[in-house]
Amino acid sequence: MSVLLRTDGVHKSYGGVRALDGCTVEVGEGTVTGLIGPNGSGKTTLFNVITGYAKADSGEVYLADRRITNAAPDKVFALGIGRTFQLTRIFARLTVLENMLVASRHGRSAHRKQAMEQLEFVGIAGHHAALAGTLSYGQRKLLELAYVLVADPEVILLDEPAGGVNLSLVNHIGDRIRELNAAGKTFLIVEHNMEFVMGLCHQVTVLDSGSVVAAGPPDIIRTDRRVLDAYLGEDLDEDDGDPGEDA
Amino acid sequence: MSGLAKRSAKFAWPLALIAAAAVFPVVFPNPVVTNYGVFTLIFVIVASAWNVFSGYSGYISLGHAVFFGSGAYALGIAATDWHVTGTATFALLPLTAIVGALIAVPFGLVALRVRRHTFIVITIAVFFIFQLMAYNFSFTGGSIGVSSPFLPWQAATYNNPFYYIALGCAVGTIAVAWLIRRSRFGLQLRAIRDDEDRARGLGVRAMRVKLTAFALSGAVTAVAGGVWFFYLTQVQPPSGFDPLFDLSVVLMAFLGGLGTVSGPILGALIIEPGQLYLTATFTNGYLSEILLGAVFLAVVLFMPRGIVPTGGEWVTRMRTRGRPAITPPAPVAADAETAEARQ
Repeated sequence: MSVLLRTDGVHKSYGGVRALDGCTVEVGEGTVTGLIGPNGSGKTTLFNVITGYAKADSGEVYLADRRITNAAPDKVFALGIGRTFQLTRIFARLTVLENMLVASRHGRSAHRKQAMEQLEFVGIAGHHAALAGTLSYGQRKLLELAYVLVADPEVILLDEPAGGVNLSLVNHIGDRIRELNAAGKTFLIVEHNMEFVMGLCHQVTVLDSGSVVAAGPPDIIRTDRRVLDAYLGEDLDEDDGDPGEDA
Repeated sequence: MSGLAKRSAKFAWPLALIAAAAVFPVVFPNPVVTNYGVFTLIFVIVASAWNVFSGYSGYISLGHAVFFGSGAYALGIAATDWHVTGTATFALLPLTAIVGALIAVPFGLVALRVRRHTFIVITIAVFFIFQLMAYNFSFTGGSIGVSSPFLPWQAATYNNPFYYIALGCAVGTIAVAWLIRRSRFGLQLRAIRDDEDRARGLGVRAMRVKLTAFALSGAVTAVAGGVWFFYLTQVQPPSGFDPLFDLSVVLMAFLGGLGTVSGPILGALIIEPGQLYLTATFTNGYLSEILLGAVFLAVVLFMPRGIVPTGGEWVTRMRTRGRPAITPPAPVAADAETAEARQ
């Protein structure tokens, strides 16, 4: 399995706060990779650096072998990385279908058809003529996923896709991700819902204080002592046990 | 109704309005009335052009007088320096568009790097820079300004050629505004209005899109300035670069409906004749400005979305008698929570 998306020693500070501290993450082609960690561990900042919304102070970002460090968001998107946001960001005064067409790269007749197909896929095609601002929170999550899909990106970054939505919708979103992954799409997902992450992801990377503390398959991450420490707040220096085998 | 019939009905109203506008000077040949018509059509052009940039993108410009004044000065200076006289001066109107676009590019490259209030402040600052330049450069004639070539036309019908030129420009501008709103370019502008950063993350080259709209809007506004100058036969710094010009244009767009195609047209049709009437009727020259401010306040407080969107809602509500205009679709997974709650 080749690495499709890679960050290499990325540092990012906001004033005196070090949000990312030499963060190195790898996402294998065709995988679903989870990015977990306590609040403030730098997950969304890493997303922002990858997608060009924030500039890295140092370090590099690569898509396949292409260096994309600090490229503008529109260029990153054009290169094949789409993302959603933790708090959904849709175009509230455009219709649902118009939201889809903003991201479309195809010709006029083709993109409308493709946009409707993606809306059918996520299950909100019936709302295509409604203003996006009138959708419920869950529907907005689906719309955001759909309009990222419409441009057919190679890698899709999802920031808390299951956050703030009900269980049936969480399952619906999970099923859609599985289907897309089976079709070859690569995902990097930030999520606090551990059941969702462990049930969906092939690999999980754990961030704490802007650094990767563990990375590996979900079964191993689940029992990794450093991960438990990061979440429960124990001090590693006081621990005389094995720090873990999967860093 | 078949598709063809629907399409015909859709274009019937605009065609009827154009026909009515075309026969207006024939029905009302009085020069006082056609004078109202010329000024109103000039502001229809400007309000629509302003709306193509500010209404669609959400970047409120208070510096469009820069283009209007520059168009007027460009036409006057070019006609004087190149010794163009009579009706041949109209052939210079495309030059004003080029001047407007050329000014818009550096202006936009500076101003469009910032957003919201900062953008508005920068447009005002650039406006005053241009006004000061008009006062101080020798080629602009200082405070005396520039005069247009003489037109040996009959006084009774003098306004009519200007009326039809302004009408042609207005129809062209509205057609462009309509086409842009339906285009991918227009969609990108409206996406920028809603969430510029998100639009960039979906591949929209925001700066390029905004700058193109700004240049286009500036070019059309400059043409309107050229027609206005030729009609009035002179331009001076306070008239060419008038701060009330921008406030009037913004009010027209807000009153009619910001971001809609018909809103700014309706706003111009209401505000400009009203202003002209008040100025002509009352000797106190400030009355129209006071009323302009009062109307602005009333619009912002009671009809912030403007006449066209608010009126559209009222009509829909009356037609459906309170029922939703669109039948809600069957619940999908996203609606599951609501469906569960119902059970």
